[in-house]
Amino acid sequence: MTSQSAARFVNVGERTNVTGSAAFKKLILADDYAKAVEVARQQVENGAQVIDVNMDEGLLDAVYAMTTFLKLIAAEPDIARVPVMIDSSKWDVIEAGLKCVSGKPIVNSISMKEGEDAFLTQARKCMDYGAAVVVMAFDEQGQADTKQRKIEICERAYTLLTGIGFPPEDIIFDPNVFAVATGIEEHNNYAVDFIEAVREIRQRCPHVHFSGGLSNLSFSFRGNEPVRRAMHSIFLYHAIPAGLDMAIVNAGQLDVYDTIDPKLREACEDVILNRDPGATDRLITLAESYKGTDAKAQKEAEEWRGWEVVRRIEHALVKGIDAHIVDDTEEARQSIAAAGGRPIEVIEGPLMDGMNTVGDLFGSGKMFLPQVVKSARVMKKAVAHLIPFIEAEKEEGARAKGRIVMATVKGDVHDIGKNIVGVVLQCNGYEVIDLGVMVPWSKIIETAQTEQVDMIGLSGLITPSLDEMVTVAEEMQRAGMTMPLLIGGATTSKVHTALRIDPAYEGPVIHVLDASRAVGVASQLLSDTQRDGFVEATAKEYQHVRDVRAGKDQSVLLSLADARDNSFKADFSDKPMPPEQPGLHSFPDWPLADLVECFDWTPFFRAWELAGVFPAILDDPVVGESARSLYADARAMLDTIVAEKWFTAKGVAGFWPCAREDDDVLLHLEGDVPPLRLPFLRQQIRKSRDRANYCLADFIDPDGDWIGGFAVGIHGIEPHLERFRAGHDDYSDILLKALADRFAEAFAERLHQHVRTTLWGYAPGEQLTNEALIKEQYRGIRPAPGYPACPDHSLKPILFNLLDAEARAGLTLTESFAMLPTSAVSGFYFAHPQAEYFGVARIGRDQLADYAARRGIEESKAERWVRPNLD
Amino acid sequence: MTLIPSAARSALLAQAQQRILITDGAFGTEIQQRRLTEADYAGSLGLTKDQKGNNDILALTKPDVPEAIHRAYFEAGADIAETNTFSANRISQADYGAEHLVREINLASAQLARKVADAFEAKDGRPRFVAGAIGPTNKTLSLSPDVNDPGYREIDWDFLVDVYHEQAAALVEGGADFILVETVFDTLNAKAAIMAVKQLERELGREVPLMLSMTLTDLSGRNLSGHTVEAFWYAVRHANPVTIGLNCSFGATQLRPHVRTLSAITDAMIMVYPNAGLPNELGQYDEGPDETAGYVSEWAAAGQVNVLGGCCGSTPAHIAAIARSAQGLPPRTLPELPVETRLAGLEPFIMAA
Repeated sequence: MTSQSAARFVNVGERTNVTGSAAFKKLILADDYAKAVEVARQQVENGAQVIDVNMDEGLLDAVYAMTTFLKLIAAEPDIARVPVMIDSSKWDVIEAGLKCVSGKPIVNSISMKEGEDAFLTQARKCMDYGAAVVVMAFDEQGQADTKQRKIEICERAYTLLTGIGFPPEDIIFDPNVFAVATGIEEHNNYAVDFIEAVREIRQRCPHVHFSGGLSNLSFSFRGNEPVRRAMHSIFLYHAIPAGLDMAIVNAGQLDVYDTIDPKLREACEDVILNRDPGATDRLITLAESYKGTDAKAQKEAEEWRGWEVVRRIEHALVKGIDAHIVDDTEEARQSIAAAGGRPIEVIEGPLMDGMNTVGDLFGSGKMFLPQVVKSARVMKKAVAHLIPFIEAEKEEGARAKGRIVMATVKGDVHDIGKNIVGVVLQCNGYEVIDLGVMVPWSKIIETAQTEQVDMIGLSGLITPSLDEMVTVAEEMQRAGMTMPLLIGGATTSKVHTALRIDPAYEGPVIHVLDASRAVGVASQLLSDTQRDGFVEATAKEYQHVRDVRAGKDQSVLLSLADARDNSFKADFSDKPMPPEQPGLHSFPDWPLADLVECFDWTPFFRAWELAGVFPAILDDPVVGESARSLYADARAMLDTIVAEKWFTAKGVAGFWPCAREDDDVLLHLEGDVPPLRLPFLRQQIRKSRDRANYCLADFIDPDGDWIGGFAVGIHGIEPHLERFRAGHDDYSDILLKALADRFAEAFAERLHQHVRTTLWGYAPGEQLTNEALIKEQYRGIRPAPGYPACPDHSLKPILFNLLDAEARAGLTLTESFAMLPTSAVSGFYFAHPQAEYFGVARIGRDQLADYAARRGIEESKAERWVRPNLD
Repeated sequence: MTLIPSAARSALLAQAQQRILITDGAFGTEIQQRRLTEADYAGSLGLTKDQKGNNDILALTKPDVPEAIHRAYFEAGADIAETNTFSANRISQADYGAEHLVREINLASAQLARKVADAFEAKDGRPRFVAGAIGPTNKTLSLSPDVNDPGYREIDWDFLVDVYHEQAAALVEGGADFILVETVFDTLNAKAAIMAVKQLERELGREVPLMLSMTLTDLSGRNLSGHTVEAFWYAVRHANPVTIGLNCSFGATQLRPHVRTLSAITDAMIMVYPNAGLPNELGQYDEGPDETAGYVSEWAAAGQVNVLGGCCGSTPAHIAAIARSAQGLPPRTLPELPVETRLAGLEPFIMAA
């Protein structure tokens, strides 16, 4: 009967909340409910006891989003097993949700904001639906701030609720956690007010619960996670005994009270308990020393240098510390030499032992990618130090377990993922021949043959690379090769590999989901005993994928005509005004410091295979430590990039008068030229209820309108990458590339803002925080060719011509339409207030034929461009 | 607004303090035995569709049949008659083209049961009760009938509340003491029924006590919408039902662990009326009256139930055997439960309060 034991403190999952999670919001806005459901699943898997669902977002039909999502998770037993918290500030959204949720949910929230009558009406409804309820300490006068107001309001609410028979145990008060240590004297007592109010209300109102949003409390220490974590833990340490028993919080955001550095603990406690007027200043001063560090790590840092050398090397490898590795390696070499050993034994002994530990930790999920890459850097430095000694002895180096040629395929320039896999393989004793990016199939095959490698690994990020991988497979077949072919990269998938690549090549074809799988795959392929079984099992699995696919009747597509009949009807009485400043605008050198301010960090962590939303990821119970360390390194490198101006951010934006014609937008350019046709693709999947089949052209008025475009790129990365490569520093190499990508994205975001407020100027008064920018809480969209709303990469040349992007932003395109430099973003601007992102998803052959005709190209050519979307 | 409390509720509770109460058994299998013809079912209603199998409509076309069955069960020792209205709702009756007769069927069925109950009560002075039976309909609020579109629903909440309200209002008007929401395979459907009855109470200005009965679809103890018995109880506890329990599902042996679980956590009366065992290959129930009675009286002996009866396959002989075997056994006393916050998804979640 364990399920019957009562919880004393409840963690409410916070990720399925569009106001709290940019990633979740993006999924919902893109109508990608399948992925959104996965967010809920992860949350429950990670231990959320209740999941909060919130769809309060201006651009959303919140009733539709709430009910759709709740119905979908009802079909998932491993999600639906926990109670739902229906979270909205709008009663109609809450009530619509209550009509979809069985079990007994929690309503979050109601209050006396609009008076007693509305409050009681809503409370009665909650009783009729069978729901517990969060009551905000809010009345006709506003939010309760002082202890007295909190008590008064909650007690009044309690009396009213129990007066209508509301079960007191189903009342959860939220007496408002406010920020302390803000420098404003009136705020100093907020935490005390909260804690004392909870204690008092608990006395006066038997059986009720208390909830609070912790992140508000430490708002003044944004970016200083050790201090925030300590504040939250200390706050809970005092608030829980007073009665707080529920919080929308990440369990990993909490430290054990006893393990908090006593100095920090005392300072936080002084602030939270408002012990004296100087408390805030003391904490602010002390907080500086915790920035980006962890108290525990610092202590350890001093200790390990006193250990004996083999243990020091292992520690350096596991922790990825390269500061002393050359000295330590030299010490180990000398002691081995003194005992009559050879330099190679340093590699075969302590270094390989250390890397094996790293491999084991990574394999069992206890270490994460950034740490592994750092470990590899340490290893490389150590090996580089030993090589001259080994060569002097004219001995062969450590025998590689296997030899792999890796390449990013022709037309594609993205290599962060490939480099990560390469590093992981090298760490594990494989020899990697990295051919770099944009590698034609001929070179890949030639290298594989002349170097007698054991397998080939292909990587790619953009969708045209999928076709190029098929080509490589076909050519390998033609060349009569039999070695395994490994497939990886963000757009690749098991399904694509099974359906398209595997049939093209008789040798083993293996899709490698992420870097953590690479070693397992390589070792099995090179194992005498496991190879056949593994190859056979994989082939069977892919055959199964093909069989399922063949037998699966996917939902029927609408005909293009029917899809057009169900197009989105925008309200053009509300169309954007003509731009304040039409024409082209060049930005040859946008200040880097300005871009750093609007970084969206979440994708940065994703690039390192760390899953989670920034900043919560820094406190994640699983990857938090790894994320914090990576983040600290990234910030340090950023400071240097900006201070020494490693990069130049170049961009261009422009606007053109236009009009919609069916699914095309006709651009009216200056001079005596015919209109330029921009064809877009339309959704053909059958929509439920009154959802439209969207096409970007729907946002443009047939009677005349405006459209914009932009392209931005980050220049200057090469010399720095070369320096890192020379220093055997893959970690910094990958870090710099990932940061360059962030700069490009931030530039696109910043430029869009400049367009909205100034150049086009349709939103001159827009005031948005960086968080709001990341959540795209603004009017207008900037869809990019190659992304879901506009999946055809081949629109990029047209866009680049319009923008004169090569001359104005130094940007060029490969034959597969990848942009150079690699860290670049381009797209169109749509300014209609109803414009939103969507995914074109699958389209039919009828649309392909129509699209080819509109583009004025052969159908076979169009097919190659839009193949990933083709039914 | 204060509702006038239900006298039937206090009377039932008073009786239940003294002994194990008995509810009736199956109607469907009893009616089948009478081998009625299409003409018997259709009567003179002039409906366009065949009525054979529309058991509920007999209240209008051949009322002597349900009346005789009620009488047989009271004679066997039942304290409660369940109206013959399992499918007398707009959704199910539409299959027979009789959705416009929903009110009449329920009204007549309740009046019929009331008449027989009152007659038996007048004879020996022992109170008899009428529970207006509401089935789950054949539509579900929680599940999609389309495997490719898990978010799709055939009906919505407001519609179903309306359907239940129409039926419950007629049953109460015809004299039902309680509304019995039975064979709950979808917990959300049951919540909609609760909402309908709450609306009805406010319209009538008086309490209409609910009896709720869940049906399990797998041996681990969940209904079709996936709720465990605990989660089901927490999801419907706001109905303040006079009884809660299990019916149909499997036979008594399969229900045993779940009756025990429910009894331990529930401060309402427990009513269980299982099938007469599991059907054989021909769909017939072979479990004899004494066998069934032997199983269910074990629950009574263990103090786990307040009301016993039968579902599919049970006969007046079963009910008589159950009544005999439960005689003299102490009734279950309602446990005093700690004040706790009881939430539920498909599984229960409790917070100390």
